[in-house]
Amino acid sequence: MDALYELITGSDLGFWWKQLLLAVLIGAVGVIVFSVALVYAALMTYLERRVSGRVQSRVGPNRVGPLGLLQWLADGAKMILKEDVIPAAADRPLFRLAPYPVVIGVFAAFASVPFGEWLIAADLNVGLLYLLAITSLVVVGILMAGWASNNKWSLFGGIRSAAQIVSYEVPTALAILVVVLMAGSLSTQDIIREQGGWPWDWYVFRQPFAFAAFFLYFTAALAEGNRTPFDLPEAESELVAGYNTEYSGMRFGGFYLGEFGNVYLMCAIATLVFFGGWQIPGVSPAEHHGSWLWQIVGFGLFFVKAWAASFVVVWLRWTLPRLRVDQLMSLCYRYLVPLSFVCLLGTAVLMMLVPAGSLFDSLLRFGTFGFGLLVAAIFFWRVLWHIRHVGDRIDLKILARGVRGRFDPAIQHRAYGAFRKQQKQPEESR
Amino acid sequence: MSASWSFADAIFYFIALLTVVCGAYAVASRNIVRAVFSLLGTFLGVAGLYAMLSADFVAVVQIMVYVGGILVLLIFAVMLTSRIEKAGRSNPAARPLAASLGVLCGLASLVLLASLALLAPWKQTAAGDFAPTTAPLGEALLAEALLPFELLSVVLLGVVIGAVIIARRDPEVGG
Repeated sequence: MDALYELITGSDLGFWWKQLLLAVLIGAVGVIVFSVALVYAALMTYLERRVSGRVQSRVGPNRVGPLGLLQWLADGAKMILKEDVIPAAADRPLFRLAPYPVVIGVFAAFASVPFGEWLIAADLNVGLLYLLAITSLVVVGILMAGWASNNKWSLFGGIRSAAQIVSYEVPTALAILVVVLMAGSLSTQDIIREQGGWPWDWYVFRQPFAFAAFFLYFTAALAEGNRTPFDLPEAESELVAGYNTEYSGMRFGGFYLGEFGNVYLMCAIATLVFFGGWQIPGVSPAEHHGSWLWQIVGFGLFFVKAWAASFVVVWLRWTLPRLRVDQLMSLCYRYLVPLSFVCLLGTAVLMMLVPAGSLFDSLLRFGTFGFGLLVAAIFFWRVLWHIRHVGDRIDLKILARGVRGRFDPAIQHRAYGAFRKQQKQPEESR
Repeated sequence: MSASWSFADAIFYFIALLTVVCGAYAVASRNIVRAVFSLLGTFLGVAGLYAMLSADFVAVVQIMVYVGGILVLLIFAVMLTSRIEKAGRSNPAARPLAASLGVLCGLASLVLLASLALLAPWKQTAAGDFAPTTAPLGEALLAEALLPFELLSVVLLGVVIGAVIIARRDPEVGG
């Protein structure tokens, strides 16, 4: 982007040609960023539906394309073709306008998200702050939708959402500030460059406070993205669908894409801030900078890390129950905000007392890394323990064989067979 | 830049138009909810103007504080007001005394701002000179402007404590 800009302004074309080319360049970058964000958000819907299927022992979308991979295209076409219903009592202009701030807020943020070392639309000097700021447009859109629908559920959803997003912005920003303090920069690319490829070079494992800050960030960002267990604005059991109850067609699609784009966004921020971004283990930045191969590998690594984090988000949604409103607020103001202040202060104190590269610094780093490994090991051990003691209700391996081909009742029957056998003799199987 | 009309100028005029039109709508609209929402355009436009003046940090903070904080607060305040659909009730601009007072205040601040804009010795920099401002700003805040900075933080602390006291439920009344 910068190189192209230099090329255009430095060339000896006429004044008008230069201006025209600049306009085309800016427009093209905008279109590319928007399309990439759109595809990522759409793929997120696919991931969500597949994972939720697995979690609930269902199949999920598997008819359109191989493994149902083209389902999002079908969904998109459906949404565009559907009728756009506007309630008679709604505030028409506001109702029509409401999805735009949501979509703009989320998709404009993609401009400053790095996908690889070269692949960033605008490496802003204030990148991280921009990411936090521009997503606050979403609140305005949601409030607008809640008000304009002229529907009590929508208004409740909108107000809940706004209260939640405004509150949880505080711990999110404070947790990110921990890393900004360590990196000394707000630019997303600089923060990645300060880290290394190996896990113990990532900011999560630099010191215990950063480790805690990651969990604070992840919790608060879940709430900011209106995701379960914090999806009160759209709680189906209480509010029908919250702020988007009255929306249909592509206007609903706007909210939907905004929400799923937001999930990828929070995971991408977690990746770049805490998990080393596109850094490759064992490859120095100088080697990385000039080589096409390493650029592609770095892109792949960022992709894998961000989507792994997205998988965790989806997994949490289908595993955890929803909080109550008062619990939500007390969690934010009584626990997350004070804890993130503690992390910030602790990081500042550690940076003052422990010089970088000293023995204590490496002890802290590897100690935190070891602790992280220990936590992960205990977690997996417990999960395995639970699976063994509950018993798998459905044989996913047999079911997956059926997914590839067409619908086959025989395979479904076999897949559920193990479960039926268990039910016949429950005492013996336990 | 030459005297010709460049692409950057086009963006500037677009942003300026957005700011002014949305601001005018916010003032003139009888529907107070729409007026508040139209402030979104004004705030974004002002942020865009800051960005074009190469004040990147201020621009982002403008979006963060005004769109993410103040606008949402305004919307809340408007939505929690009862019977706001009737503009006459909620918008005192309809009454002659209030209207004349408003016009007076507006004229006074216009004179003040215009005299400031015309008389202040502005520092001129070359156009298109986009230097990052975050680091110098931070250094200025913690060096030469430290006292006002700390005083402001004390004032803000007072505001937060005051807000908590006002919002707190009376233990004798509430449970």
